[in-house]
Amino acid sequence: ELPPSHFPAARAAAVAVGYLRYLRGGPGRGLQLREVRRARRQDIEDVGHKYYLELELEDVLDKDRTVNCTAEVLYPLGSKTSAPDVQVTVQGELRDTEEADKEFYNRIRSLEKELVAENIPDSHGNVPPELEPIHLLAGVASGYVIWQNSTENTKLHLAQVKHVKQVKRSDEDLQFDYVLLLHEMVSQ
Amino acid sequence: DQVLHIVPETFQQVQHLQLLCSTLMLDLWKPLLPEDIRAREDLHIRVPAPLVQGVKDSLDQHLISYRYNLVLIPDVQKLVDQSMPRDRSSHRQVSGGYVYTEYHPMEEIYQWMTQIQKNNSELVTQHFLGKTFENRTMYYLQISQPSNKPKKIIWMDCGIHAREWISPAFCQWFVKEILQNYKTDPKISRFLQNLDLYVLPVLNIDGYIYSWEEDRLWRKSRSPYENGTCHGTDLNRNFNSSWGSVGVSFNCSSDVFCGSGPESEPETKAVAQFIRSKKSDILCYLTIHSYGQLILTPYGSTTKPPSNNEELMQVANEAAAALTGKYGTNYRVGSTALILYSNSGSSRDWAHTIGIPLSYTFELRDTGAHGFVLPPNQIQPTCEETM
Repeated sequence: ELPPSHFPAARAAAVAVGYLRYLRGGPGRGLQLREVRRARRQDIEDVGHKYYLELELEDVLDKDRTVNCTAEVLYPLGSKTSAPDVQVTVQGELRDTEEADKEFYNRIRSLEKELVAENIPDSHGNVPPELEPIHLLAGVASGYVIWQNSTENTKLHLAQVKHVKQVKRSDEDLQFDYVLLLHEMVSQ
Repeated sequence: DQVLHIVPETFQQVQHLQLLCSTLMLDLWKPLLPEDIRAREDLHIRVPAPLVQGVKDSLDQHLISYRYNLVLIPDVQKLVDQSMPRDRSSHRQVSGGYVYTEYHPMEEIYQWMTQIQKNNSELVTQHFLGKTFENRTMYYLQISQPSNKPKKIIWMDCGIHAREWISPAFCQWFVKEILQNYKTDPKISRFLQNLDLYVLPVLNIDGYIYSWEEDRLWRKSRSPYENGTCHGTDLNRNFNSSWGSVGVSFNCSSDVFCGSGPESEPETKAVAQFIRSKKSDILCYLTIHSYGQLILTPYGSTTKPPSNNEELMQVANEAAAALTGKYGTNYRVGSTALILYSNSGSSRDWAHTIGIPLSYTFELRDTGAHGFVLPPNQIQPTCEETM
C-alpha cells in the first residue's frame, strides 16, 4: 500500500491519466487528475512493478462532476524503451460530447484559411475560449506521448502548446500538427 | 475537512487510532503509515468533512483528546469575485494602484519597489544587493520596525528560476500584506516587533526578463558559456553545498547546468555574500519556487537528515496544515532527497550548512495542470494560502 499523495503514486497516476486522455479525450473533453484516492504497488518477479490506483478525476469543462476510475500501470523491468502497460476503467458514463465535437468540427471546416496558433496558454496562463478545444486536443496528443515515454521515475506534464497548425487535407478529416512542450517534474 | 492533531497517551489509544486510520483509509499526514503511530508522538490526520463527526465521536468514546484545524470550504462568492477583474482601488492605499493579481514585468517591479519604499518609509528600505550578469541591479527590501532591541532576520527570495512567475508575484503580495496589515493585525505586529524581514522579489532578473521577452519557459540565468554558443546557469545548483556532486550537469545546454564552479555566477555571489555577512542573525531562510505544492527541507544531496530535522519538520508540518486550512490545497513536506530526487548546490542546503537553522524551499501551486504557466486568477488564492 502506498501513500496516495506521495510521488511514486503520483507518477503512476500521471501515466494513467495521460493514457486515458489519449483514449477518451477530445476537443470537448479534458480529463485531469484531482486526487489519488488509493495506491498499491506490486513487485512481480522478472516482470516489473505494477501499480494499482483509485483515481478521482474531473473534466475541465464540467468541474462540478466527479469522475472516478481505477487504473493499473505496469512498468516493465529494466526496459527503458518499452512503454508502461496501462489499463483504465472509468466508473459510470462520461459526459456526452457529440454536440460540442460536431460544433468544433463544423467551425474548423468553415474557416477560410487553415488554423494556426501559438503559445497556448499564453505567458500569463490565459487560453482564449475559441482555442480551448485546440488546447484539449493537445492534451490528447500529449497524453499519448506521456504514456509512451514515462518510466517509474518520471512525471511528465504538458507545459505549453508552442505551435499548432492545421494541415490541409483532401478528405473530410481534420489534421493538426502540434509542437508541444513537456516538462519533466523532477526537482527545483 | 479537518486536520486533527492528536497525541495518543496509551498503547490502547494507539491501537484504536491505527484501526481507525486503516478502516477509514484516512489521510495520514504524520506519520505516513498507521504502523508508525506511537504513544506520546504527534499524529496529524486529515479527515474528510463527511467523516469528521464520526471520527470525533469515536475519539471521544475512547477518551482521546485532539486539536483541530479547519480546512475551510471555499466561499463560493469569494471565488467568483476572484476570477473577475480586480477593482484596482482596493490596492491603492499601499502603493497607488498596483495590481497584485497580475504578473508584472521587471520594469514595473523596479518601480513598485521604489514606490513601496516611498509610501512606507517608516518601515521599508530598499538596499543594493549586487549586479546580475547583464549588469542589472539586484535590490532587496528590508522591512524593519524601529526598535532599541536587536532583531533576528527572516530572509525570503523569489524568482531564482525565471519561469516560475508565481514566485515573484508571491514576494510582492507578501510585502503588500505585511504593510497593509501590520498596524491592525496583532500577529503581524508582534512579528515585526521581534523580527526583521528581508525580501528579494526577483533573484534571477536577467532570466526573468528573458522569460518575458523571449522564452516563457526559460529557467536559468543568462551568462554565456562556450564562446557564447550556450547560455545560463541553474542558479539553484550554483551554491556551495556539495556543489557539482549530484543532480546536475556540467554541460551548459542542460537546464541543470551548475556553472563553472560554486558561486561562479554574480547573482549567486551577491546573495551568498550578503547572507554570509548576516548569518548569525538570520533565523530563517526561505526560497520560493513553483510548481509542486511542497515544503522542502534540507538536504537535496544526501538522505542523511540535518541535525535539527525534528524541529524543521515540525515547523514545516504546521505551516502546511495552516496553508491547507485556507483553501484545502494539499502541500507535502519533506527533504528534497526523499521527496523529489537528489540535487546539489541548492541555496536552501547552503543556507543550512552555514548555520541558518530553519531553511525551506516552498514550491507553490499547482501540481501539473498548469505548471509554470499558472493563470492570474490563481495568484490571489495561492498567495493568500501561502501567507
